[in-house]
Amino acid sequence: MSTQLSLKSRLSSTVASLKPSGIRRFFDLAASMEGVISLGVGEPDFVTPWRMREASISSLERGHTAYTSNAGMLELRVEIQKYLEERFSVSYHPESEILVTVGASEAIDIALRAILDPGDEVLVVEPCYVSYEPVIRLAGGVPVFLKTTMENQFKLTPQELETHITPRTKAIIFCYPNNPTGGTMTADEWKTLLPIIEKHDLLVISDEIYAELTYGRMHDSIAALPGMKDRTILISGFSKAFAMTGWRLGYVCATPDLLAGMLKIHQYTMLCAPTMAQMAALEALRHGRSDMERMIESYRQRRNFVVDGFRQIGLSCHEPDGAFYAFPSIASTGLSSAEFAEKLLMEEKVAVVPGDVFGESGNGHIRCSYATSMEQLKKALDRMGNLMGKLS
Amino acid sequence: MDSKKQRELLHLLEEDSRMSAEQIGKMLAEPTEVIERAIATLEAEKVIVKYPALINWERVEDHPYVNAMIDVKVTPKRDVGFDEVAERICRFPEVKAVYLMSGASYDLSVVLEGKTMREVATFVSQKLATLDSVVSTATHFILKRYKHDGIELEDRDEDRRMVVTP
Ligand SMILES: Cc1ncc(COP(=O)(O)O)c(C=O)c1O
Repeated sequence: MSTQLSLKSRLSSTVASLKPSGIRRFFDLAASMEGVISLGVGEPDFVTPWRMREASISSLERGHTAYTSNAGMLELRVEIQKYLEERFSVSYHPESEILVTVGASEAIDIALRAILDPGDEVLVVEPCYVSYEPVIRLAGGVPVFLKTTMENQFKLTPQELETHITPRTKAIIFCYPNNPTGGTMTADEWKTLLPIIEKHDLLVISDEIYAELTYGRMHDSIAALPGMKDRTILISGFSKAFAMTGWRLGYVCATPDLLAGMLKIHQYTMLCAPTMAQMAALEALRHGRSDMERMIESYRQRRNFVVDGFRQIGLSCHEPDGAFYAFPSIASTGLSSAEFAEKLLMEEKVAVVPGDVFGESGNGHIRCSYATSMEQLKKALDRMGNLMGKLS
Repeated sequence: MDSKKQRELLHLLEEDSRMSAEQIGKMLAEPTEVIERAIATLEAEKVIVKYPALINWERVEDHPYVNAMIDVKVTPKRDVGFDEVAERICRFPEVKAVYLMSGASYDLSVVLEGKTMREVATFVSQKLATLDSVVSTATHFILKRYKHDGIELEDRDEDRRMVVTP
């Protein structure tokens, strides 16, 4: 008989204590069923526009298959600098303040690892992207959750921020436009938070991966506000706006001291981001604007359609101004998010993600991605209407 | 309705002309009546010309159509140039499209649809080539259509995403 070591003794205690992702559980459940319409997908339904695919193929043909510099091709960093400046009025030096990463995911990881000492607290604006909490823990930090609500359009308020700050608080992390709520923040709303951030000398990790996906007005980056660039780590990437999720390409921008720290981790763990993906990203920034605009227009139309649809079937839903998620409340049904999502899946074969997967304040909501065809959206709304009929 | 919304409306109809005014209204955040009125106006102004279905005949068994593109060289006439002969060619029901071309070694490009190869051949030799101003013709049969009216006719990219992702 072989002696089996217990898991606990082989895995680090931090890893052993991480909860498995709630998304994973729902994926397994939905994947085991036939004929499911999915509103559970957190990525664009567009295939990467051809010009980016073509640029990557052509670079392969020319033999661009070697490592690039650790921070990413300088040409690409220069394009990123121009793009951020032009779109969001934030300016970073391409050689010392921009680092190309393996997705925004890697950027989040190295940002946290670069700044945290064991026990440091990081404020996390909830509901939030599922990775923040585990990645903070893996970096030795302690997540502290700040709540947002539908009544406030899922915006962070100064009161909520201030009450959770302690002497151990090192940073705050959030994503606006938000996954899963679609909430956004305006420059004026950011300004109400700045005095608190400054008073407590917080670092800000701003995940702006959905920055291009706003409907009605341009995204306001917190990094563009007076005095904020020096304390902000701006994270973004190509996954969402350019429909390039599988390419694994993102970037992080910060002051040279912070960036140098992140670069150390990146260089010893990743070396550099994939070369073919960098080639495609270069093309995206240089010539992909119209492809992006076409996709955004389509998301906006579908946003209008689904939000109206939810309200018609009796689910209250704030109008999301960004990303491609709606986050309707299912509280009126008396069910928990997980119960509702499971019932919807089992009885009507529509997959959505229970809101509490994104943190406690997501309970009572479900995340519905409208990055899917109109035909599927129509069917999904009909089926959800059926369930609502049965529940009332 | 502003001109940007009007363009969006046209794009939506071009994509799927069977979409209802109600649905379009929701997508563009406009009342159904406004959409209905806008469509009626666009139809009256002949901006919307027709609501055709794009059929991939290759997929229809025993499809009875052959398509050809014919390069036609003509002698332009005083005062009317190419217009007179082009208009005459347009009137043949077999003719699907007629374009005046620049930079080519011919003048008019004529797109033709016939039931059989023989029918196309007969049309060219008896009707087109015998027109007064026509100097010569060169007929190219279309063997396979890969893309038509902006639509790729081969299998479209299916949704390869997993059912649930972060
Ligand atoms: C808020 C947020 N940040 C980061 C990511 C990951 O992006 P990437 O594909 O660039 O790693 C996602 C993906 O869903 C996200 O929703």
